[in-house]
Amino acid sequence: MESLFYNMTDGYFEGLVRGFRSGILRRPEYLTLSQCDTLEDLKLHLGTTSYGNFLSNEPSPLAVSTIDSKLKEKLVNEFQHIRNQAVDPLAKFLDYISYSYMIDNIILLITGTLHDRDVSELLPKCHPLGMFDELKTLSIASNSEELYNSVLVDTPLAPYFLDCIKREDLDEINVEIIRNTLYRAYLEDFYKFCKEIGGATADVMCEILEFEADRRAFNITINSFGTELTKEDRMKLYPQMGKLYPSGLKMLADCSDYDEVTRVAAYYAEYKQMFESSGSGPGEKTLEDKFFEYEAKLNVNAFMHQFHYGVYYSFVKLREQECRNIVWISECIAQKNKSKVDNYVNLLN
Amino acid sequence: EIMAVSTWFWGILILISTLFVGVGTWMCITNQGYRFTLDEFLLTTSPYMWASVGISIAIAISVVGAAWGIFLTGSSILGGGVMAPRIKTKNLISIIFCEAVAIYGIILAIVFSNSFKLYEKHPDPLQYSGSIPSDDLTTGYSMFAGGVTTGLCNLVCGICVGIVGSGAALADAQNASLFVKILVVEIFGSAIGLFGIIIAIIQTQGRSFGKTN
Repeated sequence: MESLFYNMTDGYFEGLVRGFRSGILRRPEYLTLSQCDTLEDLKLHLGTTSYGNFLSNEPSPLAVSTIDSKLKEKLVNEFQHIRNQAVDPLAKFLDYISYSYMIDNIILLITGTLHDRDVSELLPKCHPLGMFDELKTLSIASNSEELYNSVLVDTPLAPYFLDCIKREDLDEINVEIIRNTLYRAYLEDFYKFCKEIGGATADVMCEILEFEADRRAFNITINSFGTELTKEDRMKLYPQMGKLYPSGLKMLADCSDYDEVTRVAAYYAEYKQMFESSGSGPGEKTLEDKFFEYEAKLNVNAFMHQFHYGVYYSFVKLREQECRNIVWISECIAQKNKSKVDNYVNLLN
Repeated sequence: EIMAVSTWFWGILILISTLFVGVGTWMCITNQGYRFTLDEFLLTTSPYMWASVGISIAIAISVVGAAWGIFLTGSSILGGGVMAPRIKTKNLISIIFCEAVAIYGIILAIVFSNSFKLYEKHPDPLQYSGSIPSDDLTTGYSMFAGGVTTGLCNLVCGICVGIVGSGAALADAQNASLFVKILVVEIFGSAIGLFGIIIAIIQTQGRSFGKTN
């Protein structure tokens, strides 16, 4: 039924976002980029792709951070163009995409304030998709209660804070726990929203979000080995969704080393394959790389369906991955060490 | 939500039930209860009503189908044309296929209107001195049915061509060689509207008002 009514409000945007997606770099372009020897060469080759002359106004010794921020700026312009014209429920969906960047920005500012950095130094480092007005006033908060009551209560992230507000002070470990609790609430909320929309959106997005939840569960488990995080606390950080829910999450909460995690992953076909083929040796891909590759595959497949909202989410994620790829290649070039330059995730052929 | 199917379904069901109960009660109160039967309804309503409603359904619902198809295809062409301007002109063919559906509706409405004559035998058709001749009843019913046939066929044909045209525009934006292949699908979709109008013409072939003398 959605194919009958989708184009009424969102047909133009779907055509537009598919046009943007056709400009994503392909394998031959990545090969050309990885064979450049200087950043100026890279800039020249990027000029022949869909990026065009986006770096033309930058002063001559080009830095990798400039390339990174200009790539992000292009994505943000395109995203805002769509967001400014969208109506509900697409507008709400696009807002949900930006909440994850808002969470990252809040955590970045809190961590920076803990290390006594000035807010004006930190604001340019924030991700532009997650900017909101109250962000600038974040530094006045010294514990979670103040953070909530003075800064965050009017933002759309307020409902996600209800679980964190018990933490008294903000210090290093607590900030990470806050980040993961917020992200868990956000993922569950987003998942519920996509399920309500139903149809192809639910089919595409729920699969992507379930993988995201499973990936976070694995990462939280692996990163918590050797820290003071108890097993009960760890269980509270896992999003209650995904293939691992409910029995896999219980097993993961009881793990105490990497081999046990691999055993848990062996129950699930895709994760078993990812854990088995990864490693930290010289020619092998790490687990993070495998996760990125699988995520890229899911995002590319989202474009195989028509009349759904998943294309916007996938487009943002694919562009982000492309940005990471180009920055990786630029870093290899800038440091004149091209041994691992092929470690990017190729998106489209 | 505007298109919530259950709200519309229950709304229309309640409306029809209320009319039914209301008319029935009125007829009982005014001593005409014996007339509240289907038999009475079908034999005394004027065949002109059936024929006129048939003609209006033919053109109105065909136009709904054409409009639906055009907006489905048009918004995708606009979106895809931003990053791939070359698709603009070629994809107007999809719009033309949708428009053809509305033209089928007009043709049928004109053909039916031409056989929509007053009975020569009764100069004042409001004064029947007896029951309506069965030939005229048949003509009325067949024009109603012909109208509904072509209206519904054109509605779904328009939607079909619209959705396929939308896919054609987006595929063409990515890969120019795909457009001609998808156009073949659209041609088949367009044929089903033609079936509707052919059957409607056959249904009313040879029928016109005022034949019995």
